[in-house]
Amino acid sequence: MTSALSIRDMVVTYDEFKALNRVNLDVGQGESFGIVGESGSGKSTLLRAVAGLASFEEGTLTVNGRAYSGRSRDKQFYRTVQMVFQDPYGSLHPRQTVDRLLLEPLVIHGFTDVEPRITRALDEVGLGAGFRFRYSHQLSGGQRQRIAIARALILEPKILLLDEPTSALDASIQAEILNLLEQARRDRNLTFVMVSHDLGVISHMCERLAVMKGGEVVETVPAKALEKREFSADYTRQLLVASEGFRRG
Amino acid sequence: MRTSGAPLLTVEDLRVTFPTRTGEVQAVRGVSFSLGKERLGIVGESGSGKSQTGRAIMGLTPSHAKITARKLAFGGHDLLTMRKAERRGLRGRQVAMILQDPKYSLNPVMTIGRQIVETLKTHEKVSTSEAKQRALAMLEAVQIRDPQRVFDLYPHEVSGGMGQRAMIAMMLVCGPDLLIADEPTSALDVTVQLEVLGILDKLVSERGMGLIFISHDLRLVSSFCDRVLVMYAGRIVEELPSADLANAQHPYTRGLLNCLPTIGSDRHPLPVLDRKPEWAL
Ligand SMILES: Nc1ncnc2c1ncn2[C@@H]1O[C@H](COP(=O)(O)OP(=O)(O)OP(=O)(O)O)[C@@H](O)[C@H]1O
Ligand SMILES: Nc1ncnc2c1ncn2[C@@H]1O[C@H](COP(=O)(O)OP(=O)(O)OP(=O)(O)O)[C@@H](O)[C@H]1O
Ligand SMILES: [Mg+2]
Ligand SMILES: [Mg+2]
Repeated sequence: MTSALSIRDMVVTYDEFKALNRVNLDVGQGESFGIVGESGSGKSTLLRAVAGLASFEEGTLTVNGRAYSGRSRDKQFYRTVQMVFQDPYGSLHPRQTVDRLLLEPLVIHGFTDVEPRITRALDEVGLGAGFRFRYSHQLSGGQRQRIAIARALILEPKILLLDEPTSALDASIQAEILNLLEQARRDRNLTFVMVSHDLGVISHMCERLAVMKGGEVVETVPAKALEKREFSADYTRQLLVASEGFRRG
Repeated sequence: MRTSGAPLLTVEDLRVTFPTRTGEVQAVRGVSFSLGKERLGIVGESGSGKSQTGRAIMGLTPSHAKITARKLAFGGHDLLTMRKAERRGLRGRQVAMILQDPKYSLNPVMTIGRQIVETLKTHEKVSTSEAKQRALAMLEAVQIRDPQRVFDLYPHEVSGGMGQRAMIAMMLVCGPDLLIADEPTSALDVTVQLEVLGILDKLVSERGMGLIFISHDLRLVSSFCDRVLVMYAGRIVEELPSADLANAQHPYTRGLLNCLPTIGSDRHPLPVLDRKPEWAL
């Protein structure tokens, strides 16, 4: 298995606080990899550090064989890696039309065939041409998340970093977005790294997962282990019990 | 568990309408329910009117919207005729709402700790040092690991789940009689989610608080609440004791339950809702 993404001893600190403490991770080419862990354990920080939105002071990051450090990422990186954030309200500029939002990355990366690409991107996420000139504040949460995904896919990346892409959405829209992501992954042979606090979602979407706690990866297991309850970290067990719902006690 | 005596809250035929350039948007269309010292869940898809129902009860509807109701009463107060200043006095102290998006409800230029302290001081006569102690205790109660550190952080410096808990701490610090929690745990990982629910649960059972729990998470609601209202297109389409959620009759409720991914079930693609126009009648 060749690695799409390889992280060694990554450290991210805010002032004195270690948000990531020597994290190691390998995600294979075409793999769908899940990250779970308690709030504040560093899941978003990890994706942000890969994307160059947070700086890592120590360790190495290799993406498709190229090494990156700190916060600097070249254009090639963004052609390879794109990120979709949790919050469908905050992640798109509200005063821009869908057209502008999709055009921007194409212009930055010097694409000339913008027309067919925008049409195809909208089509791929199940939104018709009628949405093209709407402002993002005129869209529902699910529609915005579709646009965010279209914007990430339009540069034809190889790796998608997904930070809780459906946790702000209701069950029916979540199912639509998860189906859309799976379809895109199949069609384009994408690699996913997906953060979610819903073990049901992770087990549905991913082949392996890492469990994080206090800035560290405490365990990496195949998703099948959730079904068979074959894992060692206590925290994984707690997560599993918790995912079964509230118990008065 | 239904409680006896006069209900804490009575809502009869509540309607919330927004005028827009393209005509009226009827966000809430005739919602009725009453609430005792219990946990009432409201579920339904995005845009079904859950938040607008909660906001109308709180008096937080945008001013250009029109609200009507046959009755809207909290304790002995008629909320429809109450003066604005009185309503404000009620808010925060006796009724509180945890808003859906903590990022928009926390003040970005004030530290988390300061915001909780200020909330407490607007509603109670307390010294700054006592307010600080209570704020720290509240942050600890909502399972913030390092309350001292988080007390001095600004909202953009905390994770999604920490911001949500800070918001919860702010709403609970005055000990309200009625709490409306709008998706209060959607950004929390499941273990913390359960801890926060445990806190809300205690407030209901020990302090007799009434709780309206708004969520799109059906599994969570059915395990936590006493009964559930299912909303679709501004109306309540079904009301159920939580334990009976699995036997829901309305095709919408059944559809929602069916599209959840679960561990071990291998359904690719997931079933999606086939919305019927008659559901919205
Ligand atoms: N800009 C910042 N300044 C200071 N501390 C920060 C900053 N960004 C993140 N942190 C801290 O880093 C830690 C990890 O945050 P992160 O957002 O990665 O958590 P997470 O695992 O994604 O949590 P959640 O599930 O709540 O989203 C938290 O303790 C947070 O307070
Ligand atoms: N200011 C406004 N102007 C016009 N329509 C509005 C306004 N605010 C809300 N609405 C509409 O009212 C309806 C109900 O919205 P509400 O926020 O109550 O939904 P919700 O059930 O809480 O959804 P979600 O799960 O996405 O939070 C929606 O159709 C929404 O578009
Ligand atoms: Mg996060
Ligand atoms: Mg809402």
